[in-house]
Amino acid sequence: MLTEAAAKRLDQKLSELSNLLSPKMIEDIRKALSSHQVEMSEDEVDQILDIIVHDYVGSLVEAGEPVGVISAQSIGEPGTQMTLRTFHYAGVRELNVTLGLPRLIEIVDARKIPSTPMMTIYLTDEYKDNREKALDAARKIEFTKVENVIASTSMDISSMSITFRLDPDLMEDKGVTKEDVKKVISRLKIGEYTVEEDGEYTLILNFATLENVSSLFKVREKVLSSKLKGVKGIKRAIVQKRGNEYVIITDGSNLEGVIGVKGIDVTRIETNNIHEVEQLFGVEAARELIVREIKRVLDEQGLDVDIRHIILVSDIMSRTGVIRQIGRHGISGEKLSVLARASFEVTVKHLLEAAAKGEMEEFKGVMENIIIGQPISVGTGMVELSMKLR
Amino acid sequence: MEDKVIKGVGFGILSPDEIRKISVTAIITSEVYDEDGTPIEGGVMDPRLGVIEPGQKCPTCGNQLGQCPGHFGHIELVRPVVHIGFVKHVNDFLSATCRKCGRIKLPEEEIDRYLKIYRAIQSRWQSASKRLVDYVKKTASKATTCPHCGTEQLKIKLEKPITFYEEGKEGLTKLTPSDIRERLERIQDKDVELMGLNPKTSRPELMVLTVLPVPPVTMRPSIMIESGIRAEDDLTHKLVDIIRINERLKESIDAGAPQLIIEDLWDLLQYHISTYFDNEIPGLPPAKHRSGRPLRTLAQRLKGKEGRFRGNLSGKRVDFSARTVISPDPSISIDEVGVPTDVAKILTVPEKVTDWNIEEMRQLVMNGPEKWPGANYIIRPDGRRVDLRYVKDRKALAEGLTPNYIVERHIMNNDVVLFNRQPSLHRISIMAHRARVLPGRTFRLNLLVCPPYNADFDGDEMNLHTPQSEEAVAEAKELMTVHKNILTPRYGGPIMGGTQDYISGAYLMTVKTTLLTKEELSKLLGPVKYSGDVPEPAILSPRPYWTGKQVVSMFLPDNFNFRGPANVSSGTRICKDEDCPHDSFILIKKGKLLTGVFDKKGLGNQQPESVLHWLIKEYPEDYGLWIMDNLFKLFIRFAEIRGLTMTYNDVKIPAEAVSKIAEQSKETRKEIENLIAKFERGELEPIPGRTLEESLENYILDALDKLRNSAGETGSSYLDPFNNAYIMARTGARGSLLNLTQMSAMLGQQSIRGERIKRGYKGRVIPHFKQGDISPEARGFIYSSFSRGLNPIEMFFHAAAGREGLVDTAVRTSQSGYMQRRLINALSDVRLEYDGTVRNISGDLIQTFYGYDGVHPMKSVHGKAIDINRAIERVVGWKR
Repeated sequence: MLTEAAAKRLDQKLSELSNLLSPKMIEDIRKALSSHQVEMSEDEVDQILDIIVHDYVGSLVEAGEPVGVISAQSIGEPGTQMTLRTFHYAGVRELNVTLGLPRLIEIVDARKIPSTPMMTIYLTDEYKDNREKALDAARKIEFTKVENVIASTSMDISSMSITFRLDPDLMEDKGVTKEDVKKVISRLKIGEYTVEEDGEYTLILNFATLENVSSLFKVREKVLSSKLKGVKGIKRAIVQKRGNEYVIITDGSNLEGVIGVKGIDVTRIETNNIHEVEQLFGVEAARELIVREIKRVLDEQGLDVDIRHIILVSDIMSRTGVIRQIGRHGISGEKLSVLARASFEVTVKHLLEAAAKGEMEEFKGVMENIIIGQPISVGTGMVELSMKLR
Repeated sequence: MEDKVIKGVGFGILSPDEIRKISVTAIITSEVYDEDGTPIEGGVMDPRLGVIEPGQKCPTCGNQLGQCPGHFGHIELVRPVVHIGFVKHVNDFLSATCRKCGRIKLPEEEIDRYLKIYRAIQSRWQSASKRLVDYVKKTASKATTCPHCGTEQLKIKLEKPITFYEEGKEGLTKLTPSDIRERLERIQDKDVELMGLNPKTSRPELMVLTVLPVPPVTMRPSIMIESGIRAEDDLTHKLVDIIRINERLKESIDAGAPQLIIEDLWDLLQYHISTYFDNEIPGLPPAKHRSGRPLRTLAQRLKGKEGRFRGNLSGKRVDFSARTVISPDPSISIDEVGVPTDVAKILTVPEKVTDWNIEEMRQLVMNGPEKWPGANYIIRPDGRRVDLRYVKDRKALAEGLTPNYIVERHIMNNDVVLFNRQPSLHRISIMAHRARVLPGRTFRLNLLVCPPYNADFDGDEMNLHTPQSEEAVAEAKELMTVHKNILTPRYGGPIMGGTQDYISGAYLMTVKTTLLTKEELSKLLGPVKYSGDVPEPAILSPRPYWTGKQVVSMFLPDNFNFRGPANVSSGTRICKDEDCPHDSFILIKKGKLLTGVFDKKGLGNQQPESVLHWLIKEYPEDYGLWIMDNLFKLFIRFAEIRGLTMTYNDVKIPAEAVSKIAEQSKETRKEIENLIAKFERGELEPIPGRTLEESLENYILDALDKLRNSAGETGSSYLDPFNNAYIMARTGARGSLLNLTQMSAMLGQQSIRGERIKRGYKGRVIPHFKQGDISPEARGFIYSSFSRGLNPIEMFFHAAAGREGLVDTAVRTSQSGYMQRRLINALSDVRLEYDGTVRNISGDLIQTFYGYDGVHPMKSVHGKAIDINRAIERVVGWKR
């Protein structure tokens, strides 16, 4: 609440500050001040704005600040406090997700495939409120092999036949019919055979042409491992209610494969596979995902790390337009300085390579200058121009 | 003194001529010493190669030990030998170039075109130029005839590690290093360039050695063992081997020995020179010492954690440092460090003698090295150092002191020193303190600075460094002092703050029941630097009493406002605003603590947006220092006077509660028996996506978890919430409710890898159970409490789970340490430029504006650039 004079004062002051503070900040200030339950006078508005301006100006970074090292320390230091083997339920009991230190290492390593790939798939309006429809979409996504709907198999060597007994419960669960199975088998290249049906849930395949038992085994394997339906790489898809809509959580990740499935809201799909996002949506999306994933790991462990540090790490990893690993095969390995590279890892190789290429060490970076005992060019060492006192 | 700056260092391969030029002598004999032990000229320990014994004078440069840098010699190899480190390069050259004319096996125009591209991108896009070179190598190697001279090409085969063959129609023919060298010599400079090498510094034929440099003796000194026997360095041994074989090869060739013998010797020479460079080549047996220990040759000296680079160049040992055990001292300031006198007498600071301090300096010189405060050295204006230990008449020396002398005096009180505890995981692991010389043999530090160092006093040691220049002192003081680092850049909150007894003390002091008489108040304020007024006592009759809140308010600034819940505001004592019957909502108006208690949320360490945070952030650094030195001292003082301990009675629960818990246990056990029975009958409903066994395990875990919780609840409901142990848990000083229930009610499930303990013998963990028993007690559930005691089986399970924790910590430290090393290495060159952009040292843009708002996390308000609500609270918070 503001007195009339104070409100006027606020408007005037805020317009003066418009080139110092961002529009959002100004809007927030206006909102907070006018909706506050205590009445404020002109004088107090002045004081508040003075404090805000003072705090803001005082909180800016100074030139030379070694922001990289500060970020590295801020992310590395809490690493010692993390638990090692954290498997956490990803909202669902059935799925475990790697979190904690191993996941953090995985992210900065820029591994191609995370140890527990996972997707959260949101559904379109038509699907998201209906559990049945959501389940339907989930079934379409889940990668199902013939093996997954079979109760048992047996082989008869005398007649060279294989009997597949289907499991009605599993078929129901996966939404598969006997005809589906037959169709899949018919598409396989397993030579000539005849199909017999014994009851509703038993298929008998007779192979007249096969000669030995081992090829019969091979055929059985081939049938069992053939794909019935679903998206490759999705081991399981679980429907879960999140907020007021149904979402699908998957074990395994395949963005590209999932995108075409009906009922899926492509704009909101989530995965924890950074490489996949980079391939499909580009490096900016991957950069954002790295920030989110690191933040998630730290939050989950209850560790407080400023988002700016995480953004900086992510920015450096994605600077060149591809995600680069933090380490010898990425950022550290591409440094210009020979000595900096040699002092990190694989010392001898870098020295020999430098000799062959006739490289020049220019002593610009931190590591090189530490090696030769000269001031480093960050912080107070950044100043190059100095005056000689007479 | 004019500072010399190293502008650059070039890398390249030495040519035979250069090697001969830098050499002071050719090494020609494998003999090292003659009969009376003097080094032979022309041997590997030739005196002209440098001085290694004190008192000697170098015949080459005339300097003595320490001054003489050492000088290279050389060995003329009878036959050339391939440099082991460049085998891959040699292989690339041999396969990509013509065996006759030495050109890259690509048409002339293509070479020119690629070369043009290569030159354009080489300095800017290194990874792209590397790909270009790789492409050239690959395509050129595939050519079967040379596009330049038309010669038919043979395939080059490299047999690891060093032997080259040419695969002709008649089979393999071996390429000798001489053949290889000849071929490499034929390659034109521009072809060399396109292969990614710099022909000016590194012609490919230099990769086949004809002359071997012999390093100076200063880098391979021989050491005397007590019996007077000389032990030579590994490199010397290796060099002797090389010379010996080189001699034998020469003799054999001169004597016209059969080709086979010569080739064998040649290979042997190749082996010795290869292991001289690197003794860990895959495929070559490592050269061994007589004792069977592998030799530490050149590559081994450089690489690894203890190698030259990481061990000596990136991390250096320093002078003017000390290390000893730390112990606590709550009475010294947080920015002080107690230094033992023994240490103070060794660490020195150079101080220039001026007209203003000359008398002091004279006194210090007279005190000498043995008496503190004294001095250890003086440096005369001509630069000569005088060691005061050996000066007989120090008085005369002191008299002779004039301005321009430098006295290296002992460190004294208030000297700035750097204090550090490993592992130095963040920058606040090294901070500047003021020295305070104290008796005793340990470093003393205030307990409030323990959190940033992560120090405790169970035997921790810490290091102390003394800056040696005015510049260094100024930087340390301005940037690294303790009270300028109370806020951490990790999240912009205070990392220092109350812990343990400080918290309990603060709580006890501010709790409503605390009333202090005048005597008590004086006793409390006695050791504290407080010079303001004492307020009117809250209670006047029958006698004056001050409340604890009043005392605390004396230390708060007059314009300080705060609203927020305390740590004790939880469970049944939760409060959302100041209308609070439990006194658990902190309300400070105009510097007066009106309601609420101070506990972990108010004054604890690592508590952003707390009372402490605002006090540190909104008032000058000096105030922060003062508050931490004085208010916190008051808290422990109060805890001392009141007394704070923990007794068995604090966790003892009545028999009634015990039987209640036993009842609950019985019920749960029955429930689990039912589950197991159901499982065995196959009636158990599985959790979707899990096997039946997993489901059962899940159900059992749930039931047991419920049991532990309900037992805990039952137990804690019988505990007095105002007993000392409970106070400590509630205020966040030490321990948790879980710890209390484990002591009073039940320990609960012990787990390994998040599961019930199941490994051990077949089907059972220990032989006290039947195989396949999956009842709670057989899989590590502990019904007992700590106060009742564990039975042997429970104790075993407890130890097993405890061991997992230890192993986990050990593994984690190494993993996170390596991750941090990589992070630091990758980000070490990133800095903020004057224009607000974030760039690395090569100038590549990383962020256009730091953090996209330019705000330093340390100076931010817990990550926020501005905190409007806090600003309003600061100004008008007293109004509501």
